[in-house]
Amino acid sequence: MPFLLDDEQREFARSLDALLTAADTLSAVRAWAAGDHGPGLALWRRLAEAGVFALAVPETYGGVGPLPVETAVALVELGRHGVPGPVVESVAAGVLLGGVGGPVAKEWLPRIASGTAVVSLALEGYGPYALDADAADAVFTVAGDELRLAAGAGELTRSTDPARRLFRPEAGGEVVAAGPRVREAARAAGTWATFATAAQALGCGEALLRATVAYVKQRTQFGVPVGSFQAVKHRLADTLLGLEFARPLLYGAAVELAEGSPGAGAAVAAAKVAAGEAGYAAARTALQLHGAVGYTEELDLAWWLRRARPLRDAWGTPSACRARVLAG
Amino acid sequence: MDLAQTARTEALRAEARNWLRAHVPARPLPSLETAEGFAAHREWEAELYGGGWSAVSWPEEYGGRGADLFGWLAFEEEYWAAGAPGRVSQNGISLLAPTLFDHGTAEQRARVLPPMASGEVIWAQAWSEPEAGSDLAALRSRAVRTEGGWLLSGQKTWSSRAAFADRAFGIFRTDPGVEKPHQGLTYLMFGLRDPGVTVRPIGRLDGKPAFAEVFLDEVFVPDEDVIGEPGRGWRIAMSATGNERGLTLRSPGRFLAAADRLTELWREVGDPEDTGVRDRVADAVIGARAYRLFTAASASRFAAGAALGAESSLNKVFWSEYDIALHETALDLLGPEAEAADGAWAEGYVFALAGPIYAGTNEIQRDIIAERLLGLPKGRR
Repeated sequence: MPFLLDDEQREFARSLDALLTAADTLSAVRAWAAGDHGPGLALWRRLAEAGVFALAVPETYGGVGPLPVETAVALVELGRHGVPGPVVESVAAGVLLGGVGGPVAKEWLPRIASGTAVVSLALEGYGPYALDADAADAVFTVAGDELRLAAGAGELTRSTDPARRLFRPEAGGEVVAAGPRVREAARAAGTWATFATAAQALGCGEALLRATVAYVKQRTQFGVPVGSFQAVKHRLADTLLGLEFARPLLYGAAVELAEGSPGAGAAVAAAKVAAGEAGYAAARTALQLHGAVGYTEELDLAWWLRRARPLRDAWGTPSACRARVLAG
Repeated sequence: MDLAQTARTEALRAEARNWLRAHVPARPLPSLETAEGFAAHREWEAELYGGGWSAVSWPEEYGGRGADLFGWLAFEEEYWAAGAPGRVSQNGISLLAPTLFDHGTAEQRARVLPPMASGEVIWAQAWSEPEAGSDLAALRSRAVRTEGGWLLSGQKTWSSRAAFADRAFGIFRTDPGVEKPHQGLTYLMFGLRDPGVTVRPIGRLDGKPAFAEVFLDEVFVPDEDVIGEPGRGWRIAMSATGNERGLTLRSPGRFLAAADRLTELWREVGDPEDTGVRDRVADAVIGARAYRLFTAASASRFAAGAALGAESSLNKVFWSEYDIALHETALDLLGPEAEAADGAWAEGYVFALAGPIYAGTNEIQRDIIAERLLGLPKGRR
């Protein structure tokens, strides 16, 4: 104890928030969805300068990690601002290659940490897609105990969130490492991807709640702000409740990851269930309380509304994570 | 950021575990809400007190161990994991005692706290009235000045444990001439067997007299039993309900133990193919963990000097709804057996059903969350 972020961690969150607010992140999101990666990659480099992509990369390979608490802090902020790109996948790739070691780690990890390489990743057991593979310098896949560098990004499959671009990596590709170390590293990388997605989901939910609270204070009907109606208030209270009880699960999981606790996998799964469900509940609340205009793409809100559900399901569905919790 | 405990907390935990292993009754006591069970639970309180475990967070001079919040949380985890009995002294220990520490006199603390800790005096609460529930400030029971004290008249209701308890505490109107309803109220203590007091037990849904109505007809309360300044009772009481909603009414240990028992039940009788029930069992495990960590964060902020305000409303809504969901899942696992009234799960379920109603209804809590934490405008209730 204390089970609280320290001053430095809080300052890290504040500085990322300031960076992303000043950077016009939403324009990068729109461009990304239209297939223009330029503004998103420029933002990526700035986040790298702030240290975000070094957090999961071991020190021996040019990183500062693994630092799970700081990773959670960063990914909550990125989720809140809706940063596009394979953020979760790059974090998980740091853990994967760090665990595998050898030439592939030496080649890619320093570039991931410095933001000069963007990578995506598909792991057996988590669905077929490598997110934003067309923007990535490398796409890694793991099946069994083989780690491959995919031969190409593959075909685009449209996501319900236009800023998430799904690719099924081309089969084959060069085997860059093999053996039990790969299997073990892939397990750890999967846990980190689940953890990082939970952080993004929490941030996404926070953004949805914040926007909706602001909206119901200024939207008037029957001569008063709709936010003075008890039905509206109580729905927002429940939304906050879900997010505020997901947050300690996320940081509790971060502490267990940092300690290498045997319960870390279950702790991460618990955080993912809670953050994924709370983020999605925030989207349902935001849609309902904005009314008809919420059901359009005219508000910026739409970018977060469409992201909450995919984050709930990516890198560990609620059902898979609940089973993981009971497996201990 | 970490979850490591100090050596002092770990030592307290180990000592509690050993003591509980040797002392917790092998078979569950009869229901706390019956005369027989109340007496058995009172005896258990005396045994706890003998071991120095009835109020670990109190100073030693009153029978405690001077444990900090983390020590208390660790003790509670051990207590409920050991399957120890429910706490018949809870109202006094978690509501009245914090009020006495904050607003009472040294004489009151020395007189009231040790017999509270030993179970010799069991306390009931006397807040609600027939016309003053969620709108507590509408209360009308009055205390009229008399020589050396006050005369109480009126009616209190939903007074938990009052059917068998010894004394009660609550707020009374001492100045009817004030403009605002929460002014002119005074916090005081009285004996449930004093002249002029009539207690009518009320059967809760399962028929057990878990609470009571209390009729007061010119009941004399000496000045020494007034807590804080007369007329300031509302503020004093709110500091207690803030405490009640906050950290000390339902410790995470209770739910961690309940989630463990539910998981055991599921492994014994659950259908592994039924993922719907499996998911609800998982949610009970996740919820207990979330509540434990949320509390650890609150306790850390408190230890760092922050005041715990409206976030205690989040806490109250969470545990009260969690408790019902957990018990419903257990009843579903039991199937037709769930209907048997004397099982631990059935009794726990009836107890849980009251959670969203008492200690400030969850509707009131959601208003507080929306207005104080989200900054939404006040409106009509």
